[in-house]
Amino acid sequence: MRPLHEKNLRTFIIDVAKWNLRGGLGFQLFRLLLLALIGLGLYAYAHQARYGLAVTGMNDIVSWGFYISNFTFFVGVAAAAVMLILPAYIFHDPDFHRVVIIGEGVAVGALVMCLTFILVDLGGPLQAWHLIPVIGIFNFPSSILAWDVVVLNGYLLLNALVPAYILYCHYRGKAADERKYRPFVFISIFWAFSIHMVTAFLYQGLPARPFWNNPLMGPRFLASAFAAGPALITLVLAVIHSSTPYKIERTVFNKLRLIIVVSAIINLLMLFSEVFKEFYFPTHHSSSAVYLFFGMDGHDSLVPWIWTSVGVNLISTLVLAFNPGKNNPKVLLPACFFLFIAIWMEKGIGLIVPGFLPSPLGEVVDYLPTWVELSVTVGIFALGVTIITWLIRAALIIEQDYAGY
Amino acid sequence: MRSDPPKSDDLPRLPLFEQAGSRRSFIKSLSIAAAAGSAALTTGCIPSVEAAGSEEFKLRWQEFFKKNYRLMTQEEKDATVRRLERLAKLRDGLDIQMTSHPPLEGVLYGYAFNITRCEGFMECVTACVKENNLDRKTNTQYIRIFEMEPGQLDPSTGDGQYYHEVPVENKFYMGTQCFHCEKAPCTKACPTQATWKEPDGIVVVDYDWCIGCRYCQAACPYYGRRFNWGKPEVPREEVTHRQHYLGNRIRPKGKMEKCTFCIQRTRRGRLPACVEACPTGARVFGNLLDPDSEIRYVLKHKKVFRMKEELGTQPKFWYFID
Repeated sequence: MRPLHEKNLRTFIIDVAKWNLRGGLGFQLFRLLLLALIGLGLYAYAHQARYGLAVTGMNDIVSWGFYISNFTFFVGVAAAAVMLILPAYIFHDPDFHRVVIIGEGVAVGALVMCLTFILVDLGGPLQAWHLIPVIGIFNFPSSILAWDVVVLNGYLLLNALVPAYILYCHYRGKAADERKYRPFVFISIFWAFSIHMVTAFLYQGLPARPFWNNPLMGPRFLASAFAAGPALITLVLAVIHSSTPYKIERTVFNKLRLIIVVSAIINLLMLFSEVFKEFYFPTHHSSSAVYLFFGMDGHDSLVPWIWTSVGVNLISTLVLAFNPGKNNPKVLLPACFFLFIAIWMEKGIGLIVPGFLPSPLGEVVDYLPTWVELSVTVGIFALGVTIITWLIRAALIIEQDYAGY
Repeated sequence: MRSDPPKSDDLPRLPLFEQAGSRRSFIKSLSIAAAAGSAALTTGCIPSVEAAGSEEFKLRWQEFFKKNYRLMTQEEKDATVRRLERLAKLRDGLDIQMTSHPPLEGVLYGYAFNITRCEGFMECVTACVKENNLDRKTNTQYIRIFEMEPGQLDPSTGDGQYYHEVPVENKFYMGTQCFHCEKAPCTKACPTQATWKEPDGIVVVDYDWCIGCRYCQAACPYYGRRFNWGKPEVPREEVTHRQHYLGNRIRPKGKMEKCTFCIQRTRRGRLPACVEACPTGARVFGNLLDPDSEIRYVLKHKKVFRMKEELGTQPKFWYFID
């Protein structure tokens, strides 16, 4: 560690980079693997840039696919950081105060992934500047997509700058001035809800798609996000607890489990409500749900997908709720993992693709992502993980060092 | 809806490519490497070294930084039209004539489709594909014809893939295309205002301003929009040379397109290609503001209906029965 008086913004950045480049053999291999996956994503994207989105599985009927599905899901993961921010900063919960920085790191990584998914989905990425106010035209407030651009970028700024300020203060051995960052924390709490509601409104506001044009969409987004996000954060905390000297209290895991259980149960309740509406008296507007759950005209590629998701979701929620292993991490961590996967399956592909099927003119096709979409997506995941690990590694070193003062 | 008045005074006028003095010096001030790199991304392929300083490259550079069509002055519209003509010549050896004809005064276009007369020959589809330079590789079609069972009036119950001799006994035929809604959900959805309703009622796309997000396609309840998933391919000898900036010019890859009521024809007082091609006279097109027009006659004397009226989109496309 440098002596305090030598520390400034320049050394802050240098040190963060240095800490992240050092590490054991396993850590370096992990970094190399991530780098290789990002390279794979770049290679696939170069292919897509050259031949157009024709190299994806999308078409005029299913015009959004794997990219937008993942975008939608990771907005939820990003929003879920509020479940740590709220108790940590507002209720001054001492347990959460130690881990809130990790939640914020996950949020930043998730947001970068979201924005990258949007970028790779654009047919004209070089025209993306047309979205920027003043030099382009920003169709605000008419277009919900314009709203989404505002809320996602705003949330990214809030979630990056508040922790950066706090960490920088701690890096220099000073306490962060709460009066300075508290207003932004307040804003970011409302903002977290807004990113998810606005993303839901993106779909909810389309009368052309009855499957999405459903007032439960926004609230259900929130419930599923507040289950999947904390589940991911639990897994990240478990990794940190077992592989770094930064130890996480048991109570943190217990509190997170409560949050996950409550959200997952509300999510399942809303799912039940939706399924009831679609199938008690099926109308023309139920055909997307029929396609999703039972298949239509011989097209049934999503049927095993959605039933797997619902089944896994149900079982992991029950496991988390009844806690059969009495807080045994060997039971709870896999349950968190499977809950996360189940919600990813349902809130991603299971939400986006059936919205387009059958088409407004009654046509049904099956959508399957191609190797390009899969590789680009893997590359973006690797980018997200890279960002999260960089941020968290730096944050933990600074926090531990600060605790020593 | 304009967000800003056109800022023609504080921005340099886009000069014609022949006299691109200020632009040329501007370009020269940029490093060749950066320029070549952006060109490579623009087309998705690496240009040859000599192409970096070529006329084609300069034109593409100017095209890249142009404004949304609705914010352009007439001079800027003329300039971009001339650049696009020149680029078609340089790149594909095509002699196209492009225009940017404004809407005619006192005109609001409307369309009516006679489901009694249509016999499903699909001459309209062929004519539309030819007239609008639609991609032959993926077989893009603006018009869909559905073979319908008696007792049904919703095309989603019909067969849009039929391939047999028509007309079939006891079936009828319904065509769909962009309905040019008065309250269009697609234009509301677009994040960059790259698609809008013109004063003559035609819903158009500025292909060069579109970012290809496809939100409009998700918002359309009629399957009226088509996306250029790859680079559209039209055989040289089949290209329609008379083009409109907002109409049938060959679209770039990754951009949205749609029926424009053949804006390149109708703004010169001609009929859309589908109407002209229809052998049974099932298609009626005209000026809704002209009380003596055929479309007004149909609306007054026939029993008409519109598709998905409950959505409140107010299509300017009616079906009627003789």
